[in-house]
Amino acid sequence: MDTGPPTCAGPHPRGNMGRYVARRLLLTIPVLLGASVLIFSMVYALPGDPIRALAGDRPVSPAVVKVLTERFHLDDPLWIQYWEYLKGLFQGDLGTDFRGRPVLDTIERTLPVTIRLTIVAVVFEIVIGLTAGVLAGIRRNSFFDNLVLVSTTVIVSIPILVLAFLAQLTFGLKLGWFPIAGTREGWYGYVLPGLVLASGSLAYVARLTRTSIAENMRADYVRTAKAKGLPRSRIIVRHTLRNSLIPVVTFIGADIGALLGGAIVTETVFNLPGIGREVFDSIQAQEGAVVVGIVTLMVFFFIFFNLVVDVLYAVLDPRIRYD
Amino acid sequence: MTQSQLDPTPRPATAGATLLEVDDLHVEFRQRSGVVNAVNGVSYTLAEGETLAILGESGSGKSVSAQAIMGILDVPPAVVRGAIRFEGRDLLQMSEEDQRQVRGPGISMIFQDALSSLNPVYSVGWQIGEMFRVHQGASRKEAKQKAIELMDRVRIPAAAKRVNDYPHQFSGGMRQRVMIAMAIALDPRILIADEPTTALDVTVQAQVMDLLKDLQRETGMGLILITHDLGVVNEVADRVAVMYAGRIVERGTVDDVFTDAGHPYTEGLMNSVPQVEAKGGRLQPIVGQPPNLAAIPSGCPFHPRCARRRLGAEAAPGRDCAVDVPPLRLVAPGREAACHYSEEVLGV
Repeated sequence: MDTGPPTCAGPHPRGNMGRYVARRLLLTIPVLLGASVLIFSMVYALPGDPIRALAGDRPVSPAVVKVLTERFHLDDPLWIQYWEYLKGLFQGDLGTDFRGRPVLDTIERTLPVTIRLTIVAVVFEIVIGLTAGVLAGIRRNSFFDNLVLVSTTVIVSIPILVLAFLAQLTFGLKLGWFPIAGTREGWYGYVLPGLVLASGSLAYVARLTRTSIAENMRADYVRTAKAKGLPRSRIIVRHTLRNSLIPVVTFIGADIGALLGGAIVTETVFNLPGIGREVFDSIQAQEGAVVVGIVTLMVFFFIFFNLVVDVLYAVLDPRIRYD
Repeated sequence: MTQSQLDPTPRPATAGATLLEVDDLHVEFRQRSGVVNAVNGVSYTLAEGETLAILGESGSGKSVSAQAIMGILDVPPAVVRGAIRFEGRDLLQMSEEDQRQVRGPGISMIFQDALSSLNPVYSVGWQIGEMFRVHQGASRKEAKQKAIELMDRVRIPAAAKRVNDYPHQFSGGMRQRVMIAMAIALDPRILIADEPTTALDVTVQAQVMDLLKDLQRETGMGLILITHDLGVVNEVADRVAVMYAGRIVERGTVDDVFTDAGHPYTEGLMNSVPQVEAKGGRLQPIVGQPPNLAAIPSGCPFHPRCARRRLGAEAAPGRDCAVDVPPLRLVAPGREAACHYSEEVLGV
């Protein structure tokens, strides 16, 4: 089975993209099943007793323990538990947590927060990262170029936890420009966490764009474009930028898949009830069904956006075909 | 300055008015490690309908001088001095915008490797049509139509069908035809062809050169052919200028230069090519390496590799090969060479 990236160049264009997409989508099914088995067994292997974790320090009566153990098949072997889970899954039921809330509801509650955070972060990646990269790439060794090089190095070397607290302290608490935490102020509350979450990728996008532009500026076809007497703006936009963006779009696409998996640190520091924090809390509470449901969803996002990237490849670069 | 001072070589009878005068062209690249002197005082002229071959090995400055004429030496940035007069106007004194408008309708250029010189993400029709869209404000549709006509003209089979294909879908020879179509789109007065056939099979080479000659006959454009291929020069060029270390070391009509070289370097080039008459003999390579352009040897730049060099007491006064730079001078009617002992080389 070949799920690798599309292959290169042949005398015939494109191949059959529809079939390629369909095959890739079908292939996600065994991948998701495999992922859920792995996650399921890891949750199963977690030490400790989820019922005790649920009750905290209070004593639990043996009758309650018995009822809960039976309802959640906690005494059954792994494969029976997994089978029960799958049976539910095919009926559109992701199960419930130990409090009886459906996992689907939890996802519906937390996913929009993560989606908003992802959108804000990607906008920052594109607007700031791409612009900085393009300007630095066009004017290599200029002051601005060096500024981009230094600042991206600094950003990448600071752990996101430190960056998050610094941003919160400076812009939230001292300057008061942004809400310190929470989602009460709507989209505006996502600006600061979005920027923090984007920072690493943003720096990477800037550097990737810069290198790619600088490389393409030396390409033979850019020399040809100059010899054709094209205006500088057209040389940059149509003949340099377009070709330089191929690796950048690829990276941003894959990054969306990763960002949708939630950001535990950012969501925790800024108190955003997103999917990342939910899965972290659920691991601590040993909420197996929630963990399996959410992580499988994360895997799906990741696979899906990688597929989107592979399709985009062909749109951006006609040398790539699918078959 | 009159034409004859820049370039006294006789022209073919078919040649018309002078199109281009390159006068004492210098190109240097300033790098951290030092200054690279790629072109050091090159002068030549080109007339309508004429083919001038610029012959030299890699690093002789032949491509760089051509790119200086096109004004496309900005990455890495180069310092260009001298004068490049196109139809009487000095390109180096023009604004960037005026210069840009010469590229395409005035002078255009084709490059050695058509695959890397064409943009991989646009169809060939789009890339040819771009000339009309940018320079003449043509619509998308008109541009495409004209692209098809041009592809026909450079003999690309099934042009109408292939106009939307991408460069990687063409063979090497067809790609070079696409480059040519793009370059001749606006009927330029001068076409500079930088090693147009080096990357091609021998049979395809001949087809492409034939095409260039036919187009030249149709349009009367001047052709500057940059090459290291002596065979190509012999077949298509009227005149030849041999470059070494950023200088022209010999110049004359192709017949003259190829019959009897006036510079030891040209002589060496001729001896390094297999010849039918000398069957079974060994080829004689030019010993040594081409000079480092950041540290060009003193005196005659060729002297470290020259079998005929005369140094110190052997040399005539003021003609020590390691000390005195030989000027490009008339050594026979219509022949110039930059060698102190050119008469000996010619055997007159």
